[in-house]
Amino acid sequence: MFSFCTDPDTLSDLAWMACYLTTGKHLNFYYAFGTVLVLLAITAPTALAFGFAGASAARSRVLPLSLLGKGYIAIVRGVPDIAFFLFFVIALDQGLEYLKHQWVCPDWDQPIRQGNDFLVCQAAKVPLGTSPQWVHKTYSFFVAVFTFAIVFGAFAANVLYGAMRAVPRAQLETAEAYGMTHRQTFWRITVPQMWVYALPGLSNLWMVLIKSTPLLFLLGVEDIVYWARELGGTKTPRFTDYPHGDWRMWYFLVLLVFYLAFTRVSEVVLDRVMARLTLGQATTGGDAQRKAKA
Amino acid sequence: MNKLILTTAALALTASMGMAQTVRMGTEGAYPPYNFLNDKGEVDGFERELGDELCKRAELTCEWVTTDWDGIIPNLVSGNYDTIIAGMSITAERDEVIDFTQNYIPPASSAYVGASADIDVATAVISAQAATIQAGHVAESGATLLEFATPEETVASVRNGEADAVFADKDYLVPIVEESGGALMFVGEDVQLGGGVGMGLRESDTELRDKFDAAIQSMKDDGTLNTLITKWFGEGAATF
Repeated sequence: MFSFCTDPDTLSDLAWMACYLTTGKHLNFYYAFGTVLVLLAITAPTALAFGFAGASAARSRVLPLSLLGKGYIAIVRGVPDIAFFLFFVIALDQGLEYLKHQWVCPDWDQPIRQGNDFLVCQAAKVPLGTSPQWVHKTYSFFVAVFTFAIVFGAFAANVLYGAMRAVPRAQLETAEAYGMTHRQTFWRITVPQMWVYALPGLSNLWMVLIKSTPLLFLLGVEDIVYWARELGGTKTPRFTDYPHGDWRMWYFLVLLVFYLAFTRVSEVVLDRVMARLTLGQATTGGDAQRKAKA
Repeated sequence: MNKLILTTAALALTASMGMAQTVRMGTEGAYPPYNFLNDKGEVDGFERELGDELCKRAELTCEWVTTDWDGIIPNLVSGNYDTIIAGMSITAERDEVIDFTQNYIPPASSAYVGASADIDVATAVISAQAATIQAGHVAESGATLLEFATPEETVASVRNGEADAVFADKDYLVPIVEESGGALMFVGEDVQLGGGVGMGLRESDTELRDKFDAAIQSMKDDGTLNTLITKWFGEGAATF
């Protein structure tokens, strides 16, 4: 990076550190922080959408839809995350390739499954084998987002399902007395009021989501924990210009600070959201706000 | 008619792809000197140099991909990359799931490294990387096996006293022992395991395997493979 970095052996400690911290590998490490933040920023709303759809389906009066919603919640919550991540990603990838294969290579005469191997024609690969590396990276990133969204969506669905039922029955009866249909009651009464009951559960989920990003490496995305382990490991002079001992402790200390700071910021933001949602609600929190004002 | 044109186009597409095929090379990137990430964050090491040379001889375009050791075989068979070139020893168990080229490193020794010379490797706590032939050997030897996901962690466990000794490929351990300044040393006898290191491919991918097989053979014949082994593993390394 810097011009004086050509011969690290001769550098003073400070300059050596400056060069060391700006190697290509370290830039990948810093870049991974961005990846993690972007992943969280996309995954959280997507998972919430999955959760909302799941909870609405589970509450539906149409039996198949309700079973589908309940099945989704029960199955995904029951399967261990790691098993789900390993199985689902490969299955999703193969499913996509299978569909594309049927479409672009209708004349293919060989079986797709040959023993352990999964074979589709070259043109049906997702992404194509000839695609540059960034396409592969982007693809695995979005597979990761989708997988996270499904897993956390199931937990969010369970939270929202409970929250919808926690809205006081009297509110719904009043809505019905005004002649609102089921749909109107749901959108105008249940949904606006349920968030205050859902937020404690959802904020827990958000905290768990923040800390589950190391699972990313299972999905082929190099995250901050992967790079911290890789960079912190003992390096012998033969294979690097910057040999050092076992520095994993320092790298993980950086991660600790990052995660703690991130958690703190989340807590502050969530507290504010909670205060806003409590306003005017028939809960102890809402009542306390009313009394404080009076 | 439209369908005919589409089909022809698809066929032409597949045919041209067959010619300018990009081969994705899967490796771990955490096992120097076999493969590791250099300061720039690129794959480097013996297998990088070997793989690039093999691709040149086989007239293939190659791209390097790193992956976790645990998932390296499942990702190969499901087609996320086309070869494994990651210091993987040829064993009968692995051969049931994937295919190997001929070996490009002769059957090499595995060795124990500990922090003191008086360790009895038959009864001590031995660390090894999970899902390796070394881990299998330790499990059978009667010693207590401590498994880790990466090679780096197996050595670190000896340094911090969690394990008495680490059992791994000797070529991987030699630089570590030399650089440790006497803190680590070889203990016990070397053990011969496996049938050498080869490239792993899908069993159905015989054409690609033959190409790499021929390229490895040509490097064995003109002696460049031995030069490469000596360059990365030192004078004492076994050659062909």
